[in-house]
Amino acid sequence: MKSYYIKRFVSMLVTLWVIITITFFLMHFTPGSPFNDERTTNEAIQKNLEEQYHLDKPLIVQYGMYLKQIATFDFGISIKKSSQTVNEMIGRGFPVSFELGMVALVVAVISGITLGVIASLKHNGVIDYIAMTIAVIGISIPNFVLATMLIQQFAVNWKILPTATWSSWKHMILPTIALATSPTAIIARLTRTSMLEVLTQDYIKTAKAKGLSPFKIIVKHALRNALLPVVTLLGALAASILTGTFVIEKIFAIPGMGKYFVDSINNRDYPVIMGTTIFYSTILIIMLFLVDLAYGILDPRIKLQKKEG
Amino acid sequence: MGLPQETLYEKKEDIALDEWFVPIEKKKGEAEAVVRPSLSYWQEAWRNLGKNKLALGALIFLILLIIMAIIGPILSPHSISEQKLINQNQPPSSEYWFGTDSLGRDVFSRTWYGARISLFVGIAAAVIDFLIGVAYGGLSGYKGGRVDHILMRIVEVLYGLPYLLIVILMSVVMGPGLGSIIIALSITGWVGMARIVRGQVLQIKNYEFILASKTFGAKTYRIIRKNLLPNTMGPIIVQMTLTVPSAIFAEAFLSFLGLGIQAPLTSWGVMADEGLSAILTGHWWRLFFPTLFISLTMFAFNVLGDGLQDALDPKLRGGK
Repeated sequence: MKSYYIKRFVSMLVTLWVIITITFFLMHFTPGSPFNDERTTNEAIQKNLEEQYHLDKPLIVQYGMYLKQIATFDFGISIKKSSQTVNEMIGRGFPVSFELGMVALVVAVISGITLGVIASLKHNGVIDYIAMTIAVIGISIPNFVLATMLIQQFAVNWKILPTATWSSWKHMILPTIALATSPTAIIARLTRTSMLEVLTQDYIKTAKAKGLSPFKIIVKHALRNALLPVVTLLGALAASILTGTFVIEKIFAIPGMGKYFVDSINNRDYPVIMGTTIFYSTILIIMLFLVDLAYGILDPRIKLQKKEG
Repeated sequence: MGLPQETLYEKKEDIALDEWFVPIEKKKGEAEAVVRPSLSYWQEAWRNLGKNKLALGALIFLILLIIMAIIGPILSPHSISEQKLINQNQPPSSEYWFGTDSLGRDVFSRTWYGARISLFVGIAAAVIDFLIGVAYGGLSGYKGGRVDHILMRIVEVLYGLPYLLIVILMSVVMGPGLGSIIIALSITGWVGMARIVRGQVLQIKNYEFILASKTFGAKTYRIIRKNLLPNTMGPIIVQMTLTVPSAIFAEAFLSFLGLGIQAPLTSWGVMADEGLSAILTGHWWRLFFPTLFISLTMFAFNVLGDGLQDALDPKLRGGK
């Protein structure tokens, strides 16, 4: 068992290294330089600037320096906004994005599981069809489309909620719905399928025969087993929510990390692109790892299988 | 159950059996005929899909969409880039069926042109995923052992890469445009397909008909092409159908962020991005038509994928 987690940990580090390397070299082969705009006129200034950011050294040397630098969690200084370090930008933007993402994830998990369980209990009934139709629609409408529709109805037509920015709980409602809908739909479908499967198992019949209340059977016996596939999906869902925050932050003008990321790409601001990409990827990879750990803990049967293989 | 055997027997004896049961005329050779026409795997799958009204509707919608993507821009008298500044932000009318945008361009012909781009991106991504994924997964699963181990470690690392982040980075590097979006989508997209194909091949390669084929001296290439692939086609097709909407979404997502398709080309994502400001001024049609068709198309592909999953699953054959 331990060796499995060590293996997983090593592959996690390799993935991270691959990401750092890919991002680093991709960025430097990208046409266009951060000093290409109209403000930097003088050739001497340009040279000095390149020296300051080590852009004059061979790529391999830059790569080595960068690896050393990020080993100490220092992502460098933004080229476009030279008064700010990338760490400061992440420090400012990430809490907002994290708040948005976490709220959306929690909402998605709770409402998705509830919908899925209800649909599975009323299998092939009207409620089941309604829930699953909502789920397919939820998957099919892109989050940015949903966000604009929500703004149009709730903020422009009915004027009951604010259109944009991020200050009170009222501002959080629309972005959260826009971000949480498609994960909710995915969780609901998965929960329904696996609940339907679990409900036919013998131990459910046993529980019924023992005379347990339906609530206890569903929550203690069925749901616990049915949720295992949902847990495996959490990593991927977190990823989709995270990238979802880019557009949602753009639409609702939320001052999160996604804004810095998109701006930095348009500005060719190497340190910011690299810093944010690596930061995002690290979070995602750690999430996937944690999900794997949680899976092993939740389902004792997994351990045996992994030991053999 | 029901009636006891004896009473049944007695009753039968009362009636002259010949009156009740007339032997049908036999023609030579017909005795061997099977009553139910034997259906191949694909015929049966097609029949099962036909029973799923929603999936069939989705298929018809998609066929209509493809037709409109081809002829739609020609139907309108206005080309996609024709600008008439007097006709800015016209609501839908007999002249402009879907209205015009802020530059006086015809939303109708732009919507169908966008359909071309979106469908092209989706289908191209699915086909590339198919080619790489099947070759890679097939090799990995069939060879097994060391080869499988190494190939799967690579897949594991690639699987950990955040999909949209890589797509964004790639489209930055290669410059925005149609080609770079498709390449960016395929770079990590094939991994899912490779995993599915590998799993299927691992399972099937131990079946007896493969052994039989080997005993007859079939070469590896022939076994993969004739025995393994046809039997893994079901999950592969489902995966391809579900790749299309996610590729369409990714293209729209990138274009919406300004990293995708560039003018004079247009796509649904670009139109949604341009139409975003229009909802505040009440020009709803500029946002409504592109987003309606993005959603409908993704919906149709998802429903069709679900339907195919049921229709192609051998465990469910003949059921439902």
